[in-house]
Amino acid sequence: MIYFDNSATTKPYKEVLDSYIKVSSDFFGNPSSLHGIGGQAERLLMHAREQIAQLLDVRHSEIYFTSGGTESNNLAIKGTALMHRNRGRHIITTAIEHASVRETMEQLRELGFRVTFVQPDRRGIVSVEEIEKAITSETFLVSVMHVNNEIGSIQPIKEIGQLVKKHSKIIYHVDNVQGIGKVPMDFYEANIDLCTLSAHKFHGLKGNGVLFIREGVRLSPLFSGGNQEWKQRSGTENVAGIVAMAKALRITLNNKERYLDELLSVKNYLMEELEKMEGIAVHTPDIHAAPHIINFSVKGFKAEVFVHALEEKDIYVSTTSACSSKKAAASSTLVAMGVPEKDAKSAVRISLTYENTREEAAVFIAAVKETVNRLREVMK
Amino acid sequence: MINYDRILIRYGEISTKGRNRNKFIDKLRKSILSVLHDFPDIKIEASRDRMYIILNGSDGKEVSERLKSVFGIQSFSPAVKTNKKMEEMKAAALALFLKDYEEGKTFKITTKRADKTFPLNTEELNHEFGGHLLKNVPGLKVNVKKPDINVQIEIRGEAAYLSCETIQGAGGLPAGSGGKAMLMLSGGIDSPVAGYLSMKRGLDVEAVHFFSPPFTSERAKQKVIDLTEKLAGITGAVTLHIVPFTEIQQLIQQQVPQNYTMTATRRLMLRITDEIRRKNDGLAIITGESLGQVASQTLESMYAINDVTNTPILRPLITMDKSEIIEIAQRIDTHDISIRPFEDCCTVFVPASPKTKPKRDKVRHFESFVDFEPLIAKAVEGTEKMVTKPQSGKEESFEDLF
Repeated sequence: MIYFDNSATTKPYKEVLDSYIKVSSDFFGNPSSLHGIGGQAERLLMHAREQIAQLLDVRHSEIYFTSGGTESNNLAIKGTALMHRNRGRHIITTAIEHASVRETMEQLRELGFRVTFVQPDRRGIVSVEEIEKAITSETFLVSVMHVNNEIGSIQPIKEIGQLVKKHSKIIYHVDNVQGIGKVPMDFYEANIDLCTLSAHKFHGLKGNGVLFIREGVRLSPLFSGGNQEWKQRSGTENVAGIVAMAKALRITLNNKERYLDELLSVKNYLMEELEKMEGIAVHTPDIHAAPHIINFSVKGFKAEVFVHALEEKDIYVSTTSACSSKKAAASSTLVAMGVPEKDAKSAVRISLTYENTREEAAVFIAAVKETVNRLREVMK
Repeated sequence: MINYDRILIRYGEISTKGRNRNKFIDKLRKSILSVLHDFPDIKIEASRDRMYIILNGSDGKEVSERLKSVFGIQSFSPAVKTNKKMEEMKAAALALFLKDYEEGKTFKITTKRADKTFPLNTEELNHEFGGHLLKNVPGLKVNVKKPDINVQIEIRGEAAYLSCETIQGAGGLPAGSGGKAMLMLSGGIDSPVAGYLSMKRGLDVEAVHFFSPPFTSERAKQKVIDLTEKLAGITGAVTLHIVPFTEIQQLIQQQVPQNYTMTATRRLMLRITDEIRRKNDGLAIITGESLGQVASQTLESMYAINDVTNTPILRPLITMDKSEIIEIAQRIDTHDISIRPFEDCCTVFVPASPKTKPKRDKVRHFESFVDFEPLIAKAVEGTEKMVTKPQSGKEESFEDLF
C-alpha cells in the first residue's frame, strides 16, 4: 500500500496507540474527580499540556484541548466574535481557508457580521498588502491559515502578524493544522493570538486538537458545562487521546529534525516528474510551499476517476480536501487562484509524511504514467 | 563562519567576598555544572575574577538560556578566543560583528587592556578596530552612547577575548554558599517565593511540609512536590520533608479554644520544623509570611508564634504586597501550581474567626494541659524525606506514555 493522503489523516504511530490504550485502561479516571484515580488522570493531563507547550515553545497555560481542528477553528472565530462584538463587526479571512473556517464565517455573516475574503495570487498565496487594504476601523479579527490544505502554499503568517500588531484591537487567528511538524513557525514572533492544531494530522488520534490562546486573550466559550479548560471548553477531557497527542507531537517533531530533508527530496522528485508529463498541470508553487503537499490536474479526466484508478493499484491519494471531496464542486482554493473550473475539477492532491520513501514515489510516478495512458485509450 | 567557542562569566557579589572567594567560586562552578549536566562536552575554567565555559561544540544558545537562572552570575557574554596578533583579532571582530549586524544598526568598540605590556593603548586599539569595521561595512555608523552592537575586546596575558553581547545574569550569590535553612512550604503562593529569594542569597534550602491525611489529599501533597521540583530547577536538587501532622492537629482541635487553634497550630509547626532543622544541621527557618496578610501574620500573631524558638526566622516577603509576590511567583513559574485548588493543612481547620491579636500567655496556657513533646518526637520520627530533582515527579509508570 502506498498512502499519499496524509493531509486527510495520518496513520497513528504504534507508540501513540500504545499510550492511548494504556491510559484508557489503567488511568481511566475523570481528572475532575477528587480521589486518587482522578488525581492520576489530572497529572497525566498536566504532563501532556506541559509537553505540548514545551514542544511549541509557548506557556502551558496557553494550551487548550479541544476535539480537533474544526472545533478549534469554531471556538477561535465564534468565541472571538461573541466576546468582542463590541469592538466592531468586520472580520478578514482568505478565500482559501478550510471549510471549518469558511463555513464558520458564513454563519457569522448570517448573524450580521461583515466578512472580507481576501483573494490569493496565482500561486495560492495572499499578500500582506491585500490584508492591509481590507482592514477597517470595524475589523476585530483576522484569520489566516498557515499552510493551505489543498495545494500546500505557505501564507506570510509572520508578516501579517506584524501588520496586525499595529492594530491593537484586532485578534489574529492562524489555522496551523497543515503546517505543524512540517513548516516551522514561532507563535510569539508571528504575534499570533489564537492557533489551531489537530492531532490526527500528525499521527495522533481523531477527536483531539489544541487551540493555543495567547495569555491575556479572552474568548466566549462555545460549550457550557463543567468549566474544564479554564472555563473555555467544558466537557470531560479526553485524557487518553490528549496523552497520545502529546506523544505524537514529540515523535513528529523529532522526525522533522531527522527526515525533513528526505521528505523534501521525495517531494521535489515528484514535482519534477509530474511537471515533465504531458497533460499534467502542477498547481503547487515552487517556492513558499510546504514540503508535503502537491496538487496537480490530469487534464481531461475527472479527478474522481483518477483517484479510483490509482486505488486499483493500492495507491491512495485524494481529490481535494477530504472534508469537501464528497461534494462534486471544484476545489475552492484552485478556483480562487484562477485555475479554470475544468482543470480544478480534475485536480488531485498527494500529501506525504516522513514515512514515505523515494521508492514509493517512483512506483507512484510509474502508476500515474500508466494510468494516464490507459485512461486516454479508454476516453478516445 | 566564526562561532562563539566559550562563554565568559562575570561574578556578582562574589568579587567582594575576600577570603571566602574560592569557596564561592567553587559553589558557582557546581551550580553551573548542575544546570548544564546534560552537556558532557563543556569545560569550566575559573580564575579569580572570571569564569569561562568552554563549549567544545555544545549549543551556546541553549547554554546561555540556562545560565540566566544561575545565582551568583552578574552577567555573561558568549565569546571567542584568539591570539593577540592585530590582524587575527581584527578579522575575528569583523566576523563576529557581521553575525549580529543588520543595516542601520550602530556600534561601538570597548577594549580592555588587562595585559599592560600590549604595545597599543586602549584608545589606539579602539581606533584600530573601529576603523577596520567602518572600512569593511559600508554605511556603518558609530554610536558611543547607545550602540546597537557593542564589540568588546579584552586583551589579557594569555590571549584576547572578543564578544558582542552582554547578557544580564540572575545576580545573587551562588547556591549553597550561605548555609542551610528550612523552608516551611504550605503549597500557597508565598512560600515558594520566599524559598526562591532565600536561594538567591545563597542559602541551601530544604522544604518542610505538613501533611494531614485524610483532611488533606494526596493531590495537595503532590502539589508541594511539584513546587519543590520547581525550586530544584534552580539548584539541581531540593530535599523535601513531609511531616505527618494529623494526630497533632486533631489534638489541638480538642484541647484549644477554637479562636486559638490557628495560633497553637502554627506554634507546633514551628516547633517541629525547628526539630527537623536541628537534626539536619540547618541554622534558620524561612517562612512566606507577609505582614498583615492573614490573621496569623499580624505582628501580634508573629510574636505569639515566634515564642517557641530562638532560631532565626527569615521572612523574605515580610514587607511585600501580595501583587509583588504574585509577580515573582509567575516569573519563577510556581504561581500556576500554587493556585491549584486543594485543601492544605492551613485551610482545612481554619476557624470561623481566628484571633488576629492572640496573647502569648493565653496560648501558652491552653497548650499547657497536654504534653506535646512525645507527639512532636513521633511526627519528626515519621517524617518522610525525599530528594526532588527538576521534573523527577514524572512518575516512572508515566514515562513511556509520553
